[in-house]
Amino acid sequence: MFESAALAIILSAILVLYRGIRGPRICDRVLAINVIGTKTVVLIALIGFIYERPHFMDIALAYALINFIATIAFLKYREMGRLD
Amino acid sequence: MMEVIYILPLLFLVACALTAVLMKDLLGATIILGAYSLIMAVVWTMLNAVDVAFTEASVGAGITTVLMVAALSRTVRGEYEPAHEARGWKRKRFSITKVSGFFVVVLTAAAMIYGTMDMPDFGDPNAPANLHVARRYIEESRHETGVPNFVTAVLASYRGYDTLGETTVIFTAGMSVILLLRRIRRE
Repeated sequence: MFESAALAIILSAILVLYRGIRGPRICDRVLAINVIGTKTVVLIALIGFIYERPHFMDIALAYALINFIATIAFLKYREMGRLD
Repeated sequence: MMEVIYILPLLFLVACALTAVLMKDLLGATIILGAYSLIMAVVWTMLNAVDVAFTEASVGAGITTVLMVAALSRTVRGEYEPAHEARGWKRKRFSITKVSGFFVVVLTAAAMIYGTMDMPDFGDPNAPANLHVARRYIEESRHETGVPNFVTAVLASYRGYDTLGETTVIFTAGMSVILLLRRIRRE
C-alpha cells in the first residue's frame, strides 16, 4: 500500500515537473517547485514506512521547514529585482 | 514495484538536468536545479544515507538556490549571446566550441562509467568497504565512544579533528559569503 502511494506521488511529481519545464512565466515554475517540495516531504515519510523506519518522519518535518527558503528568494527577486 | 520506485526518480533527475542545461532563461534553470536537489534528496533517503540527504536538501535546494538568485540579481538573467548573433548573423548549429565541449563531456562520462565497472554490487556484504574497518565500528563504537549511532560516532569521535576542520572551512565560507552579499550603503 505504501509502495502504491509512493508510486502515485512520484508520477504526479513528474506531471508537475512538466509545468516546471514548460511554464511560460516564472510564477508557474516557482509554484511547480513548491509543489515538488511538498511531494518530497510526503515521499520521504512514505519511504520511512516502506523501510520500516518511521523515524524518517522527523526528517520529513525538517524538510518541510527547509522547503520555503528558495521560494522566498525567487519571489523576493521577482518583486524587488535584488535580494538584499 | 520497488524497482519502479527506484528508477522513476532517477529518470526525473535526468529530465531536470537536461532541462537545466538547455534552458536559456537562467532563473528558470535555477528553479529546475532546486527541483533536482529535492528529488536527489529522496534518492539519498532511498539509499539510507539520511545525513547526505539532509545536506543535499539544505545546501542544494536551499543555500545554492539563494546564492544563484543573488548572483543573477547582480548580473543579467539571460544567457550570454555573442555579439555577431545580436547583429542578426546566421547562427551556426555546430560550432567548434560546442562540438569539442560535447566530446569532452562524453569522454569524461565514459571514463567514469568505466571506473565503476569493477566496483562491487550495491549492498554486497563481501565488498572491501564492509570487511576492513566497518566491523570494528559496528561492534566496538558503542563501548569506545558511547554514541549509539555509529555514523555519528565515526563523524564526531573517530574523525573528530577532521569534522572540526570541515566546520572551520564552512564557517569561513559563510563569513565570506556574508561579507560579499552584505548591503552596500550608497551615500
